[in-house]
Amino acid sequence: MTATLEAPAKTAAPEPPRPRKRLWPFTTAPVRVVAPIAVFVLVVAAWAASSHLLVPEASRFLLPPPEAVVAEGLLDPAARTEILTALWNTVQVALCGLAIAIVLGVLFAVVMSQARWAEFSLYPYAVVLQTIPILAVVPLFGFWFGYEFGSRVIVCVMVSLFPVVTNTLFGLKSVAPAEHDLFTLHGATRFQRLWKLQLPAALPAMISGFKISGGQAIIGSIVADFFFRQGVPGVGRMIDVYRQRLATEELLTALLLSSLVGLCLFWAFDLLAGRVDRMHGKR
Amino acid sequence: MSIDPALAFRGTSLTFANGTRALDGIDLEIRPGEFVSLVGPSGCGKSTMLRLAAGFEAASGGAVDVRTDRLGYVFQEATLLPWRTVARNVELPAELAGVPKAERRTAAADAIARVGLAGFEQHRPSQLSGGMRMRASIARALTMRPELFLFDEPFGALDEITRQHLNSEVGELFVRDGFAGVFVTHSVPESVFMSTRVVVLTGRPGTIAADIPVPFDFPRDPELRYTAAFAALAAEVSAALRGDRQEAAA
Repeated sequence: MTATLEAPAKTAAPEPPRPRKRLWPFTTAPVRVVAPIAVFVLVVAAWAASSHLLVPEASRFLLPPPEAVVAEGLLDPAARTEILTALWNTVQVALCGLAIAIVLGVLFAVVMSQARWAEFSLYPYAVVLQTIPILAVVPLFGFWFGYEFGSRVIVCVMVSLFPVVTNTLFGLKSVAPAEHDLFTLHGATRFQRLWKLQLPAALPAMISGFKISGGQAIIGSIVADFFFRQGVPGVGRMIDVYRQRLATEELLTALLLSSLVGLCLFWAFDLLAGRVDRMHGKR
Repeated sequence: MSIDPALAFRGTSLTFANGTRALDGIDLEIRPGEFVSLVGPSGCGKSTMLRLAAGFEAASGGAVDVRTDRLGYVFQEATLLPWRTVARNVELPAELAGVPKAERRTAAADAIARVGLAGFEQHRPSQLSGGMRMRASIARALTMRPELFLFDEPFGALDEITRQHLNSEVGELFVRDGFAGVFVTHSVPESVFMSTRVVVLTGRPGTIAADIPVPFDFPRDPELRYTAAFAALAAEVSAALRGDRQEAAA
């Protein structure tokens, strides 16, 4: 009796990873690709239909059909070079700003997580960063720091810092009390607690913050460029130029390509999040 | 019984900052070779006694004497870090203490083998069953080579069969290592099966209602649970627990 009872526990094989309960039964890889493409096709079709059927020929420049946008924005070599060059400048500024925002934001959050007084004294200003009207600040930054790369990066840092700070702080503080007790029991130093417990535990939340900040950084880069109207031109300036020229095709191309860059950034962080979740045994 | 206690509560009281009185004048000594279960209703302060012993809380009155720094603590949950493998979780205490890598690896492998998890060193906690996670948690405490081993309701979330296995396995560790054990539980049969003494606590603030010696020899056969002598002791513990309730109602 004893022997038969004890045997299974000691020789038990690891349970195979449980099949995840699916909320939506079609989350297999093909559907992940096919579904967004289907939506894309629908949107483009609706766009084409509106342009051809709703807008009179004479004012079609208000909403040119997709084929015109592709022909004049992407296939025309001069327009394409112009837009891609501007986009590259915008992306450089955004990535640089995002990187700085991530480093600074995580540092801020770590400092705030270490002492309540630090959190109380700094957190309101992190919120101010989020609520301050960026349109009002951009010209000021132009006056103070000039209109070149560095000044644009500062704008990007400003708009993308807050999500990094809040999400990282939330993650650092989400550690279970028992896990803190474990580290207390074994006399962990403050640094050990941070490095071996709080930061790894915060990683998924941090990456969620990075995802939001990525999009913000690109918007920040475009907004700075749009208002500066000086220095190396990026997408913001081109949008303004195309608006004045009524070149809606080019304007839409610039807009769509900028969104695509934001999307790629989001996907990159999503991939990273997937890896971290697997590391934490969540996927 | 002339050995110094591994853990002693001397008139220990604890009142939390919000005014809740958790413990009131607890006197209790636990010596090496004793395995003491603390039984009582929820909120009677039994877990708080372990937290005082481990230094997570400080007593507001009286004293708590711990005679060793080799302290094992098993939490209610397995409390394994999900991003670490079983081996890396088990070697965490040594890692925090700055023990060289090779040495702590060997100690961890040894502890893992002792709880029957050999072969699962590289698994992550999410790949293990609840019982196996708890074994890993016990292995982590074993790396401290504890002289005082504290268990805070560790098996409450496990199914009955796994729980009984782990009861026997902790019993084996106790026989082999001869530490002083303190085991917090809600379960009367579990407390009688595990212990050399059952201490019954009454609630809010916690005080000791009964201190009942359990005479059965170690190692204990799982069949012991179905003997008349066992049933009589369990009845005695239950009566002590009930006596408290009637008093509270009166």
